[in-house]
Amino acid sequence: MNIRSNELSGTLETPKTATAAPPATRPLYWSVRRELWENRSIYVAPSAVAVLFLFGFLISLIHLPARMRAAMALEPLRQHASIVQPYNFAVLAIMATTFLVGVLYCLDALSGERRDRSILFWKSLPVSDRTTVLAKASIVLVVIPLLTFVIVVAVQLVMLVLSSMVLLGSGLSAATLWTQVSPFQTSLMLLYHLFMVHVLWYAPIYGWLLLVSAWARRAAFLWASLPLLAIGMVEKLAFNTTHFAALLAYRVSGGAEAALSTARGFPLDPMTTHLTPAAFLSNPGLWVGLAIAAAFLAAAVRLRRNRG
Amino acid sequence: MAACIEAHGLRKAYGATTALDGIDLRVEEGRILGLIGPNGAGKTTALKAILGLTPCQGELKVLGRNPWTERDRLMRDASFIADVAVLPSWMRVSQLLDYVAGVHPRFDRPKAEGFLLKTTIRRRSKVKELSKGMVTQLHLALIMAIDARLLVLDEPTLGLDLLYRKQFYDSLLGDYFDGSRTIVLATHQVEEIEHVLTDVLFIDRGRPVLALSMEDLESRYLEARVHPDQAPAARALQPMHERQVFGRSVLLFDGVDREQLAELGEVRTPSIADLFVAVMAAQAGPAAEAGR
Repeated sequence: MNIRSNELSGTLETPKTATAAPPATRPLYWSVRRELWENRSIYVAPSAVAVLFLFGFLISLIHLPARMRAAMALEPLRQHASIVQPYNFAVLAIMATTFLVGVLYCLDALSGERRDRSILFWKSLPVSDRTTVLAKASIVLVVIPLLTFVIVVAVQLVMLVLSSMVLLGSGLSAATLWTQVSPFQTSLMLLYHLFMVHVLWYAPIYGWLLLVSAWARRAAFLWASLPLLAIGMVEKLAFNTTHFAALLAYRVSGGAEAALSTARGFPLDPMTTHLTPAAFLSNPGLWVGLAIAAAFLAAAVRLRRNRG
Repeated sequence: MAACIEAHGLRKAYGATTALDGIDLRVEEGRILGLIGPNGAGKTTALKAILGLTPCQGELKVLGRNPWTERDRLMRDASFIADVAVLPSWMRVSQLLDYVAGVHPRFDRPKAEGFLLKTTIRRRSKVKELSKGMVTQLHLALIMAIDARLLVLDEPTLGLDLLYRKQFYDSLLGDYFDGSRTIVLATHQVEEIEHVLTDVLFIDRGRPVLALSMEDLESRYLEARVHPDQAPAARALQPMHERQVFGRSVLLFDGVDREQLAELGEVRTPSIADLFVAVMAAQAGPAAEAGR
């Protein structure tokens, strides 16, 4: 039936052969890139925090030689705590930023496209609702944790190098600093923590936020938080119990408790913390949480498909 | 000819409002169907349903697929421009090209770039920095570079000035339509496209009112422009509709012999707009019409 070629009239293009395979497409890959184009805060916010933190750290370096001398006089454990304190603070600041970025991202991920009606454009392309939701989920479950890791490691390395230069310049040894901070072990521990806690344990949190985002027309944050608050209050009033609140608290803090055992000090400090992967993986809370996360994501896919 | 779109009893309600109330539709490949109806008649809902963008009841097959369960597969062969500018405002033109090229197996990027070269759209621009006319040009450039079998347009030129509208339909029909593709479009600017349509479907309040091909329209409907003194004789032939233009009566007839009308006045094929007005008036009050 197709007598005329589909090419522009007037251009001399070789007609496509019927057997030519269509060019390979990578919908998931491009969907993830699309998310990063739209939501630049995913990497801008933690990078900005990192730069700001390094700026503050740079100023504090004036006192470093004095602090090092004072730390040397302390007993080993307190000496360690004093030296690694700014490094732990860097981890906390960046991890808190990326967690917040992830939460805000999820709440907007599936409602923003309906608000500006661009969903009609996205849906006019051969990308399934499942691919779209998976791409958005992989931003918080893959991209953000990896980014957190890279930024934290980079910041800590810069801190170590700067500190070493200052120490050497004032005639002190940097060896104690490097052994106390132990950057290699710290980063392995960070990677373990990010994967076990921020990906596996928090997956249902992100799933819930994405589901609310697919459902709510506006005020996704309120829809995500108020129902949980309401359930907790109703339970408290009706039965005078706090099981639901305890469940939520467990979801927020239980992951780190199960994945790591720490007597005291900072949970990501290799000197004071042990990894307990066996205990973590045999925790039923982990698997129940993952099943719930999968159910939330499946529901989000259905909602996106059926919302006109 | 294979059916490109086959729909039976499409129904959809938004709360208490019925948007579609039993739409039956069969569009064969290579046709250009105009969907015409007043605001709120269900045109947009019908077009969205055809592409699986809104769930509704009824049976529907488009290019042999079920749009509701296979939307992503269907969209390899179908393109859509919605009634509002839906290109994401934050996106750069170059990102749009990258993205569509990355997800669409039938997108010919050099071709899209060729279309863009004829416009003033710059690759670095964000969609929100473009004028409404340029956004439509951009969307059209993307769509025309996709080798699709079905193109669905919902008021694609809404809010554009005459120049852009003309350009839009000229490129669409000159460069895109090749006789094998199917186009379904809803528009209010019927006059501008009626010479290109092969079929029309009038819908009102979610219901199909009249479906016919342009050949049928030409053979069935006639419009006679008669002097006032000939008017009673013309009215005796039971016109569907009558209006007054510059002191003459213009009467629209369904299935009346051309020779017979020619004796009364000037005869021609009615425009789609005039036929639409007549059909809608007949819908609104057949009793009132008969009593005149």
